[in-house]
Amino acid sequence: MNKIQVITSINHEEVEFLCEPQETLLDVLRDTLGRTGTKEGCATGDCGACSVLVDDRLVCSCLVLAAETGGREITTIEGIATEEGLHPIQQKFLDHAALQCGVCTPGLIIATKSLLDRHPDPDETTIRYWLAGNLCRCTGYDKIVRAVQDVARDLAGPA
Amino acid sequence: MEAFAYVAPSSIDEAVAELARHAKKGHRTQVLAGGTDLLVQMRGADIEPRILVDIKNVAETNRLHLGNNEIFIGAAIPSAVLNENAELVELLPGLLEAADLIGSTQIQGRATLGGNLCNASPAGDTIPAMIAVGVSCVIAGGKGQREMPVEKFVVGVGRNALEAGEFLVGLKIPRPKSRAADAYLRFTPRTEMDIAVAGCGVSVTLDAKGLCKEARVAIGAVAPTAILVPAAANALIGTTLDDAALAAAAAACSDAASPITDKRGTIDFRRKVVGVLCRRATAIARDRALARKVLGV
Ligand SMILES: Cc1cc2nc3c(=O)[nH]c(=O)nc-3n(C[C@H](O)[C@H](O)[C@H](O)COP(=O)(O)OP(=O)(O)OC[C@H]3O[C@@H](n4cnc5c(N)ncnc54)[C@H](O)[C@@H]3O)c2cc1C
Ligand code: FES
Ligand code: FES
Repeated sequence: MNKIQVITSINHEEVEFLCEPQETLLDVLRDTLGRTGTKEGCATGDCGACSVLVDDRLVCSCLVLAAETGGREITTIEGIATEEGLHPIQQKFLDHAALQCGVCTPGLIIATKSLLDRHPDPDETTIRYWLAGNLCRCTGYDKIVRAVQDVARDLAGPA
Repeated sequence: MEAFAYVAPSSIDEAVAELARHAKKGHRTQVLAGGTDLLVQMRGADIEPRILVDIKNVAETNRLHLGNNEIFIGAAIPSAVLNENAELVELLPGLLEAADLIGSTQIQGRATLGGNLCNASPAGDTIPAMIAVGVSCVIAGGKGQREMPVEKFVVGVGRNALEAGEFLVGLKIPRPKSRAADAYLRFTPRTEMDIAVAGCGVSVTLDAKGLCKEARVAIGAVAPTAILVPAAANALIGTTLDDAALAAAAAACSDAASPITDKRGTIDFRRKVVGVLCRRATAIARDRALARKVLGV
């Protein structure tokens, strides 16, 4: 057997797993660790459903080998809400009905978090380009963009 | 080979030793950088087991240095990190623009310039931009290190000049002088997440009077590999980069192209568009060079 032992941190919790050399982070998250919040749409980098943060960098987990993640800090959708409740981004997606089937939603929320961490006050063009790698087949992008704009407004605080 | 293996050497010597050790046993090895081409290929076109040699833990491949004469970009640095470096974007706007066209935010979080180059797709966006700014490829192998001009590095569709046991450590780029600048443009049917139908990278250096004294023009996606077009550069040198000079350079690019017809564009369309891109990219590079402060005395 060729299994590789990996110790990493997922949502600030130390996690240890065994993986095949060619297995992706997405495979391990979903199939080995049962964290199915991160979705698989295409497995080829096109849809963004599998978006996670690795050391605060937005990536497609379908294009990262699990074996590469030793010693990293991984943030998945399961790490977004807090004890107190939903993250503001999650709440705004609900408020604006920015989801229908929900397959794209975990990826969009992670991508939005990474956007707002870097650009707290993005204009619409910045939002649309940043999220261009997150495909949604049901909702249409307008409601999603409105939700993101609304979170950004709230995070900026009262004018 | 029956199974995949993964190794992540932490120095150039170790990486070269890994590549040599496995090659000796007759095992197939492949270098892994961002994996945005490689992992997709492993899912479909090329599923054969092999030893993946991840070069991202090698210090030199993570080195980014903006020297007075030379810039070094390590082969493991993803384009998102490069585009967050304001000084680098200011110095090489065209090359960074090309890197910014690759895929989505997610893809740019991983994709490297070196991977785009080594993958050697005829439509690789950063390759014409790298040729335009005169990149020199730093290559490590069993016999030590060597350097090669980037226009010689890609030798065919999907084929590069690396020999067995070698890998790309990084890219050296002459630091643009005060009145020099580059630009890259591509044509795609969509604005995001698409593959170039034609692309053109240009760099120009102006003298104190605004005459073009050096130029490099390269075209992509219109031949089996991206190519340097000396005739286009010659049409620009000695001129003020006026409309006539731009038109002559555009014609030279159209002449140098040997495109194919596919669902993305016909031969005639690609030939014409690559000329238009040359004209527009040259005008952008010229305006950037003119806007640049003249440093020193
Ligand atoms: C959704 C999506 C959209 C994309 N859009 C574009 C686009 O618009 N334009 C474009 O040009 N490309 C695009 N690409 C392709 C890809 O992202 C780029 O080519 C990228 O730059 C590859 O870099 P990487 O670091 O991920 O390479 P990897 O996948 O790690 O490697 C690519 C190849 O190069 C070899 N290699 C990598 N680094 C080295 C090295 N240092 N030494 C020796 N060999 C090496 C690998 O063995 C492999 O064969 C896209 C890909 C995806 C998935
Ligand atoms: S599943 Fe990773 S991008 Fe589609
Ligand atoms: S809500 Fe169904 S894909 Fe976006």
